[in-house]
Amino acid sequence: MDGWWGCYNTVLIADKQQKKSRIHDPGEVSVWFRKCSSVQNQRFTETLVKMPGADKETDLSERIESFLSELKRCGSGAGSLRGSAETARETTALLRRITAQARWSNAGDLMEIIRKEGRRMTAAQPSETTVGNMVRRVLKIIREEYARSRGSTEEADQQESLHKLLTSGGSSEDNFRQHFAHLKANIIEAINELLTELEGTTDNISMQALEHIHSNEVIMTIGRSRTVEAFLKDAARKRKFHVMVAECAPFCQGHEMATSLSKEDIETTVIPDAAIFAVMSRVNKVIIGTQTVLANGGLRAVNGTHTLALAAKHHSTPLIVCAPMFKLSPQFPNEEDTFHKFVSPHEVLPFTEGEILSKVNAHCPLFDYVPPELITLFISNIGGNAPSYIYRLMSELYHPEDHEL
Amino acid sequence: MADSDGRQVVSINHSTEEDVKLQEVVQAKCEGKELTKEEKQRLRKEKKQHKKNKKDDRGPPEKEKEKEKASVLAPSKPATQSPAHKAAPVPVNASASESPVAAEKPAKSKAEQRAERRARQDTERASKQGKKEGGQQSASSKPKATPNELQPVKRLPEHIQVDDPAALKKLAKKLERQQVPLRSDYGYKVSLFSHLHQYSRKNPPTQQISIPATVIHPSIVRLGLQYSQGIIAGSNARSVALLHAFKQVIQDYSTPPNEELSRDLVNKLSPYISFLSQCRPLSASMGNAIKYIKKEISNIPSQCKEEEAKRRLQECIDSYINEKIILASEAISKYAIEKISDGDVILVYGCSSLVNHILCEAFEKQRKFRVIVVDSRPRLEGREALRRLVKKGIRCTYVLISALSYILPEVSKVFLGAHALLANGYVMSRVGTSQIALVAKAYNVPVLVCCETYKFCERVQTDSFESNELDDPDDLIVTRNGKTHLENWQTVKSLGLLNLVYDVTPPDFVDLVITDLGMIPCTSVPVVLRVKNVDQ
Repeated sequence: MDGWWGCYNTVLIADKQQKKSRIHDPGEVSVWFRKCSSVQNQRFTETLVKMPGADKETDLSERIESFLSELKRCGSGAGSLRGSAETARETTALLRRITAQARWSNAGDLMEIIRKEGRRMTAAQPSETTVGNMVRRVLKIIREEYARSRGSTEEADQQESLHKLLTSGGSSEDNFRQHFAHLKANIIEAINELLTELEGTTDNISMQALEHIHSNEVIMTIGRSRTVEAFLKDAARKRKFHVMVAECAPFCQGHEMATSLSKEDIETTVIPDAAIFAVMSRVNKVIIGTQTVLANGGLRAVNGTHTLALAAKHHSTPLIVCAPMFKLSPQFPNEEDTFHKFVSPHEVLPFTEGEILSKVNAHCPLFDYVPPELITLFISNIGGNAPSYIYRLMSELYHPEDHEL
Repeated sequence: MADSDGRQVVSINHSTEEDVKLQEVVQAKCEGKELTKEEKQRLRKEKKQHKKNKKDDRGPPEKEKEKEKASVLAPSKPATQSPAHKAAPVPVNASASESPVAAEKPAKSKAEQRAERRARQDTERASKQGKKEGGQQSASSKPKATPNELQPVKRLPEHIQVDDPAALKKLAKKLERQQVPLRSDYGYKVSLFSHLHQYSRKNPPTQQISIPATVIHPSIVRLGLQYSQGIIAGSNARSVALLHAFKQVIQDYSTPPNEELSRDLVNKLSPYISFLSQCRPLSASMGNAIKYIKKEISNIPSQCKEEEAKRRLQECIDSYINEKIILASEAISKYAIEKISDGDVILVYGCSSLVNHILCEAFEKQRKFRVIVVDSRPRLEGREALRRLVKKGIRCTYVLISALSYILPEVSKVFLGAHALLANGYVMSRVGTSQIALVAKAYNVPVLVCCETYKFCERVQTDSFESNELDDPDDLIVTRNGKTHLENWQTVKSLGLLNLVYDVTPPDFVDLVITDLGMIPCTSVPVVLRVKNVDQ
């Protein structure tokens, strides 16, 4: 919808019930007109004259829709078509755009909008947890900026001391209703910082590679993780070592990883999944990536990782997980029905076995749960941590009220 | 190697024409070390027959050679190695050390030497009859047991010495003598496994054999091809096929004149066995079967007629198959069915004929259970097991081994088959078995291994590297979504593919071993072996 027509229709649409979510009810429309005249929203005023203001709204909604449909599409399990880092970056960019372009007068409104969009995004692809993580990070940013604008120190607000819990009661229910002039700019700046941080995560992790890998080591990994790939390539510039890649059937992403590593002159061997325990006695370290780091320090990683972790534990081989901070999710692994994700069983038992297909159940789960006892070390962009410390990192990244979007 | 040592011999003896011939003869002798005493005897006979055509000065070097052979035999026996298995360095060194000594000694009279030798051979053969050889090594070449009561440390089998050029040369010479084609390794081998062979399925060993093969029986050629292409797989199937092929060979065998069936037939079998081990390394069950056959053949009394002897051998083979494989599986099923209760969820891995048989029997006996079949790339043998079980009507679920942690909380028991049971209690089986046992242990699910006693072997091994089999590495290549990532893995210098066939499971992962002798713990394997030794 282009400028004039869009603006006109937006007002009309307000009276009708439409399928699209960018319905603006009459009350909101008046708010919108009122806001357009405020000094703070010069941009909106200008655009009102030219009438592409509604264009921005539709533009924003279109972007959100396209992002959602992409999320839905890339969940087919053939490895993510886009890495988690890309997803995180796009989510954050989208949230920044929402902050910039949506109509809100106080932090509470913004948080409501973001929460609503966040719910829709996580519903589109529940297994893609980085989306939800980024939403929670932005919500935390909003809270912080609001608190800073209000003048209260961060410490006092965030400390959940027992005394505070008793005395303050329902803490900041309507605290986010105040209006601050520079709140939007501050929030957008903070989100920009977050984006910069996201862009540097892989490099930050790779920089730590030389501390952990020394010469003539045999390192085992499973499947394909871009973080681990960068990690190993960085270490290979200075040290010589041998890598064994478990191919991770049925998608065999390990093959891609092996070819990519061998191009950098790293001695690589591809082994089938069944040989993981057989060769583990010669392996010095196991370095893996993961899809999600759970709140208890456990992992939700590609299937086969639990077997790998058990084999490493049996041989007392350290298990190192390279995971950037945006993969840390406040979920716990106890929700059986939401934890697993399955794809078509024809990957496991192809349709050529037609005679027996109808009489057989075939399963193709994508993820494995790895309990924190099997993990030795987490390497993230802020340094190395033990699994027992993850709960603390989480409290720094997310606000407890945002754990449930 | 023999040449260089021969030359050493020459240099020590201040080379003369005689010594040049001595060198040739030493070389022949070194090859002759691999021959049995019967073969040497025959060689001697032949040489005597051709003595008129030979020059006179070949005589004394021959005597010297024979004397050296005799003298070398003496020290090598107490060197705790069966005369059948000598690595190249030992006889060559022995010959190098002995030949100067022998050259210094004056030649004994031929009669004395012959008497000496025959006496020694008779004592050896007498002690041999009562002894059983252990281990798979013996199956690869000669069956004669050592004269010692406690089995001395066995010579290393050839197929785990691929990184030793001396062993390779020795093997090449032996195969050349037996007119068996030598199979060459294929592809880049992972450095950890450089001591093992790695063959390609696209280069079968029969390419170099002329048709018709003069030395190797056609049913053996066919069998070897079936092994190398993977048409016959699984230790029971391979053993039974081997025994049937040997029955055919015995049927077609006719004793040449001046020879005894009991000795000659054993010698005829050696090139066949070399050929089969070139096609695919022998399994423990095959090794035990071959040992049994050779023992039976050499136990045939010399006055037995040929037809009678052949019939007896065929009966022996039939009874072996019947007892050790068919009846054993019946007995194991009986024991195992006691362990299956209604409502069980049983996990099996790959395709084990014994485990499939147990499950089918249990289903016929109206037990209510369902089966989860776990499979792994690249062999995907589980699909075969799945077909058989589904045909029977058993409810099945099918997953790949990477989904093991997902499926294991549902499982109540794990049944595994075995390729061999080692003397230290380790279970040697298809690669992936140890992983299943490991994860089952982590989830506290009982693991039961089913194995016939004829698969017990006296080898010991603690991890999967020492003795294993490397399959064709090209099997790992797969095309997904039109892309084959590993297509040109040969061109990439630092990329290797590893396709292991076997792995060993430590005994603490296994809760019970069900054999035809009963249900035993893993650590009782050497007890069973000792009992079997005493019986036989």
